[in-house]
Amino acid sequence: MVNVIWFGLIMLGIAAAAANGKIETINEAAFEGAKVGVTVSFGLISVMAFWLGMMKIAEKSGLLDRISRLFRPAVRWLFPEIPDRHPAAGYILSNLTANLFGLGNAATPMGIKAMQELKKLQPDKEQASASMCTLLALNTSGLTLVPTTIIAIRMQYDSANPVEIVGTTLFATACSTLVAIVLDKWHRRRHKRIEKR
Amino acid sequence: MYAWITTLSAWLIPAVIAFVLLHGFIRKVPLYETFVEGAKGGFTTAVKIIPHLVGMMVAVQIFRESGALDWLLLLFRPLTQAFDIPGEILPLALLRPITGTGALAVTTDIIAAHGPDSLLGRLASTMQGSTDTTLYVIAVYFGAVGIKRSRYALKVGLLADLAGALAAIYIVSRVFG
Repeated sequence: MVNVIWFGLIMLGIAAAAANGKIETINEAAFEGAKVGVTVSFGLISVMAFWLGMMKIAEKSGLLDRISRLFRPAVRWLFPEIPDRHPAAGYILSNLTANLFGLGNAATPMGIKAMQELKKLQPDKEQASASMCTLLALNTSGLTLVPTTIIAIRMQYDSANPVEIVGTTLFATACSTLVAIVLDKWHRRRHKRIEKR
Repeated sequence: MYAWITTLSAWLIPAVIAFVLLHGFIRKVPLYETFVEGAKGGFTTAVKIIPHLVGMMVAVQIFRESGALDWLLLLFRPLTQAFDIPGEILPLALLRPITGTGALAVTTDIIAAHGPDSLLGRLASTMQGSTDTTLYVIAVYFGAVGIKRSRYALKVGLLADLAGALAAIYIVSRVFG
C-alpha cells in the first residue's frame, strides 16, 4: 500500500504541475524534498545519540526493567508476543511515555530501540511483526498530554488562553489512539486466521 | 493554569536526565562510558533512515508544490459544504498524516489569518495535536530497522489519523461552537 501511495503522490503531482503549466516546480520540489530528507536524518543523529546514551544508562541501571514491571499487564495486553522481561517492553514504555509528555525528540530514539529489540524476536527480517505494527499504531496516533508546539504557537499569536485547546486535543488524540488500537487488534486476529490456514 | 503547564514542560527533560543519572549512579553504573556506548548507535541508525526519508520527502514535496493538493481539495468541497465544515481546515486534515512540517505551516497560517481563538484557529490547533505524521513515523521507525513490508501498519495509521481529524471537528464544534 505504501507503494501505491508513493506512486500516487508523485504522479498526481507531475500531472497537476503539467496541467498548471508549471512543470519546472517538479524539478525544484524533487531535489528540495531530497535535501529535506537528508537534513532531517542528519538532525536525527544528535538527538538519537543523546537519548540512546541516556537509555543505555537506564537499561544498565535496571531502571527500564522497573518501569516495564509496573506496566506489565498493559504491555502484555497490547503486545502479547513479547516474552516477559524482554528488553523490548522497557523501550516501548519509554517511547510511549515520552510521547505522552510531548518529548517527541526523545520518543523517536526510544521507539527505534524498541523496534530493534522487536526485530530480534522474529524470524522474517523484512516484514513488520504484529508487535511492530502495534507500536507504530500507538506512535502515529500520537497520545500526548501536553501539545507543547501548538501552545507555543498560540502564545506567539497572542491567544487569550493558549492552553484551552489541551482538553479538545486530548479528546481527539484519545479517539485516534482508540481507533488505532481497535483496528490493530482486528488486523492481528485477521492475520492469525490467515496464517492458520 | 497555563503558567503551570509551561513550567512543567520546561522541567520535564531536566527531570528525566537527573532521574536516569541518579538512578545509574546509585546502581554504580559507569555513567559516561555507558552513555558513549549507547550513543554510538545514533549515527548508524540515522544513516539507515536517510533513503526512507528521502523517498517520502520527495513524494510529499512534489505533491505539495505542484498544486495537486488543490485538486484534491476541490474533490472534497461538496463534502465539507454538506457537513458545514470550514473549508480552510481541509488542507490541514489532508496534510497532517503526510507531513509534519507542512501541517504545522498550514496550522500557523490559519492561526495567523483567523486568530488563535477563532473557531477555525481552535480547530486547527486541536487537529494539529490529534495525531502524528503517519508517513514520517513509518519511514523512520520501519526504515531504521530495515523493514520492507509494513503490512497493515499504514492502513491503521491513516484510519487513526482520519478518526483524529473527525474527532477534532466534533469536539471543537461541541465545546467552542
